[in-house]
Amino acid sequence: MKLLIKNGRVIDPASGINEERDVVVEKGKISSIEKKGSVPEDGFKIIDAQGCIVAPGFIDMHVHFREPGFEYKETIESGAESAAAGGFTTVAVMPNTNPVNDVRSITEMIVNIAKTKAIVNVLPIAAITKGLKGETLTEMADLKNAGAVAFSDDGMPVSSNEIMRRALEYSHMLDLPLIQHSEIKDLTKGGCMNEGFVSTELGLGGMPREAEDIMVYRDISLLPRTKGRLHVAHISSGNSVDLVRQAKAKGLPVTCEVAPHHFILTDECVRGYDTNTKMSPPLREQWDIDAIKEGLRDDTIDIIATDHAPHDTVDKEVEYANACFGIVGLETALPLTLKLVDEGVLTLEKAVEKLTLTPAQIFDLDKGTLKPGSVADVVIFNPETAYKINAADFKSKSKNTPFDGWDVKGQIVHTIVQGKIVYSNS
Amino acid sequence: MQYSQKHLLGIKDLSKEDILAVLNAADSFKVYTQRDIKKVPTLRGRTIINMFFEPSTRTRTSFEIAGKRMSADVINIAGSSSSIVKGETLIDTVKNLEAMNCDILIIRHNEAGAAELAARYLKNPVINAGDGYHEHPTQALLDLMTIRDHKQTLEGLKVTIVGDIAHSRVARSNIYAMRTLGMDVSVVGPPTMIPVDIEKMGVKVFYNLEKGIQEADVIMMLRIQMERQNKTFFPTLREYSNLFGLNLEKLKKAKKDVLILHPGPVNRGVEISPDVINGPHSVILNQVTNGVAIRMALMYLLLGLNDETVN
Repeated sequence: MKLLIKNGRVIDPASGINEERDVVVEKGKISSIEKKGSVPEDGFKIIDAQGCIVAPGFIDMHVHFREPGFEYKETIESGAESAAAGGFTTVAVMPNTNPVNDVRSITEMIVNIAKTKAIVNVLPIAAITKGLKGETLTEMADLKNAGAVAFSDDGMPVSSNEIMRRALEYSHMLDLPLIQHSEIKDLTKGGCMNEGFVSTELGLGGMPREAEDIMVYRDISLLPRTKGRLHVAHISSGNSVDLVRQAKAKGLPVTCEVAPHHFILTDECVRGYDTNTKMSPPLREQWDIDAIKEGLRDDTIDIIATDHAPHDTVDKEVEYANACFGIVGLETALPLTLKLVDEGVLTLEKAVEKLTLTPAQIFDLDKGTLKPGSVADVVIFNPETAYKINAADFKSKSKNTPFDGWDVKGQIVHTIVQGKIVYSNS
Repeated sequence: MQYSQKHLLGIKDLSKEDILAVLNAADSFKVYTQRDIKKVPTLRGRTIINMFFEPSTRTRTSFEIAGKRMSADVINIAGSSSSIVKGETLIDTVKNLEAMNCDILIIRHNEAGAAELAARYLKNPVINAGDGYHEHPTQALLDLMTIRDHKQTLEGLKVTIVGDIAHSRVARSNIYAMRTLGMDVSVVGPPTMIPVDIEKMGVKVFYNLEKGIQEADVIMMLRIQMERQNKTFFPTLREYSNLFGLNLEKLKKAKKDVLILHPGPVNRGVEISPDVINGPHSVILNQVTNGVAIRMALMYLLLGLNDETVN
């Protein structure tokens, strides 16, 4: 099927295009980007993108689809639908499933389920250590061959300095990045929110930002000797942003991501004990948000990733300390990111870049652009459409979001994967 | 003066008027508790559920006596501290109890926010009998009542709270209450037990007991929780006691008419010496007596009964 996406404003950071153009899609690939109105419509399925942005499909390198093991929270199939509804055409799934994705058979299983059930590209991230236990390395080469695009012990950060050193060295040979959820666990033990005035008032156990900073610093310190590549997951501490900035200035191979909730919400939201404000790393303070925005502005923070962490009500409608960490993020990522554009933190072009081209570059994916010849993964969204977020409408199996009922702007209109429309808002 | 809240979840939610309404009502109820025949029919036909997910002697008994003295049917439920392990969630438990038409639910729970969570799902009043390290509002109210009994006034008094402030719901509730009533509050303890940014709650911080109690009209000693000994908040009980335990020697630094409170249970010889407990400044047992009156007053106020029905 041939597709003509007309009248939209094409933003493709890779080719520097940011103007009204028409996009021609044939055989699942971008065949050309033409002057507006210059392509005869005969034989095309037409998508009128009037008033919309046409961009490469979003890429989220940090999601949890819970399959295998916790299918009541999310499956690869339902997660992919959630991704498509959020404008994401490629997502990478974390290995903290049950069993853990630490052997070829599990990686292959995920790849196979993705192939048959998922309407977007689902890429596996494999564990750094067996069972996320932090003791022995996984068969990284075998996992890479099976399709792993990165390694991470997400949620169970590699605490041993020796193992982290060896993991960075070993992964260097494979030229794949390690993604670290930076958290010194003995500093956060018993904690369930940021340690600060709010935790003092609420009487909840604190997770000091130093728990993040210390591990970010340790991992960066290991880079020159090991030559490994480090990607810092969901940065939340203002100090950690500084550490990454300094490391980049030295030319070290470190990148990082931020999740939308960490540049929008502070720990003040925890008042009232809504467990949808409980995530790890926790919501921090205003100055952290300010530092994160500065980091986004100067590209210290490379990409936006959601840390989509679906949890059922049985995991969330409990005492705050007993609730699971995490919130869903795929279907709220665009409007929340556009707030950065409204505030002048990022240009729209830059926001698109951090959701598309840059993650593709960091993880060596042949995606994230609309250049002719590229795979036709495309998102069409209207940045001005205002609406109320309604969690009950989420495609995700889980509705755990603190943004339910928020008035936002920016709606996905179509999501296209390999030239096929997989989601339309109607 | 009226109590304006539907529940009692925390002192933080209360205005000065709310607090004084409870204290004044408690003063009236205290009279009943001192009679030979202590029972009044005020809450006859009402059902009060006393749900304790955490061990408690004083508070649980105090609520039970308060309810029974007012002729309510009081049901005690001892829950497991981890409802998740048992299979039933807190929300399901409280919904089931409400389905049996209880009029007030009293809840003690080891996790902060538990009372607030229960209240979110209930139509009837909830009294927080202590939630994690968050609040213990009835304790603060009975403390205030005891102080007022002895000092006749509250506003302008200087109070020093000593001990593990970080893990104390009693400290938090008292700080809110005392600040709302215009009292001056200091906290004393090792830095490991002083939670971050506590100054923003309007209190002064001291790491030295003698300095902290010099100007105090009231000293409130907190229990050192022996079960937390494996954590690194202080090196040994011996050193803690040397630095922060209140004994007659250190008490010489305080005012002559200082009052000494302790929410109990007391570790004799650890945070407070036996001669101070038994000495003339101590009003520890008065606190316990007042606790019953405070809880009677609350049950009365939360059920919205007017003055005539008391008699």
